[in-house]
Amino acid sequence: MSFINYSSREINCKIVYYGPGLCGKTTNLQYIYRRMNPESRGKMISLATETERTLFFDFLPLSLGEVRGFKTRFHLYTVPGQVFYDASRRLILRGVDGVVFSADSQLTRMDSNVESLENLQVNLREQGDDGNKIPLVMQYNKRDLPKVASVAELHALLNYRNVPEFEAVATTGVGVFETLKAVIKLVLIDLKKGGR
Amino acid sequence: MAQGQFILREKEYLEIQTVLKKLLANSYSKVVFLVDKNGALIASAGATEDFDTTSLASLTAGNIAATGGLASLIGEKEFSILFHEGERDNMHISVVANRLILVVIFDRRSSVGLVRLRVRRVAVDLERILRDIDAGAQREEEGDIEELTEDDIESLFK
Repeated sequence: MSFINYSSREINCKIVYYGPGLCGKTTNLQYIYRRMNPESRGKMISLATETERTLFFDFLPLSLGEVRGFKTRFHLYTVPGQVFYDASRRLILRGVDGVVFSADSQLTRMDSNVESLENLQVNLREQGDDGNKIPLVMQYNKRDLPKVASVAELHALLNYRNVPEFEAVATTGVGVFETLKAVIKLVLIDLKKGGR
Repeated sequence: MAQGQFILREKEYLEIQTVLKKLLANSYSKVVFLVDKNGALIASAGATEDFDTTSLASLTAGNIAATGGLASLIGEKEFSILFHEGERDNMHISVVANRLILVVIFDRRSSVGLVRLRVRRVAVDLERILRDIDAGAQREEEGDIEELTEDDIESLFK
């Protein structure tokens, strides 16, 4: 649920990076944090285990300038990808305005991608969101690794809504900002329509 | 509510600020802020420059969400008040009208009892303002947001 303050002329939107464990959600946020102008981003918070696995969420606030006299603020969150953290994922999805589904392109991770996408659908439905309408962007990450599925295969397996999709290598930043830009666009278009 | 937007207009925003300033003074606290359950900062009062309010808002919402999850596991609806005691500063976190989170940071000049008492009183005012916001949301809104164009959105990325 976006928050619009007509007094301070601010729009706040929440974007969640979803996907299976170790697909690169945190890496996306880390790259955005490193590359954004420090004036346009706040502090990045990672609630992680000692082994750097996301325990609860990562959080990165961005301010992208003004549209129609409104300052735009986007709060980026990641969910913990590991299957047994489902309760935490549900909490983080609350009030989400847009989702980036980050898939791991490696052939051995296809089952995990499908399981995570199905989990996203279930969790959205449980909180009253329509998984077929929420602004969604697909990111096929880890394109630099050997033994990856083709984009056509990933599309057929995951992109049933035919939403914008991007190849990415989050460690080096390939596709990271393209993905972010696409989801922000979809969120703002959705906002213009007055939400879902 | 999962869908839609939370729209705050000037009148209600100023009313909220007045309520927060009153709470700040009456509870002898350092800073007071109001957050929505999704982690967006709505308004604040006091020495906010000493704190990263954006991060505080996000973590507070995460904190309430996590303890809410714990509550449901033991059959409770919600833990509506959280209190964190530090060596120097303390935090009193409470849920208002099931939708907003009121956070008070205070030191030894105040006490948890006083803060709790004052929070309970202003919660009534905040609930009333929320009802006004909901009523306002029913009215036709002449807004600039509906007029957003593709070019406006594209301009953010130049």
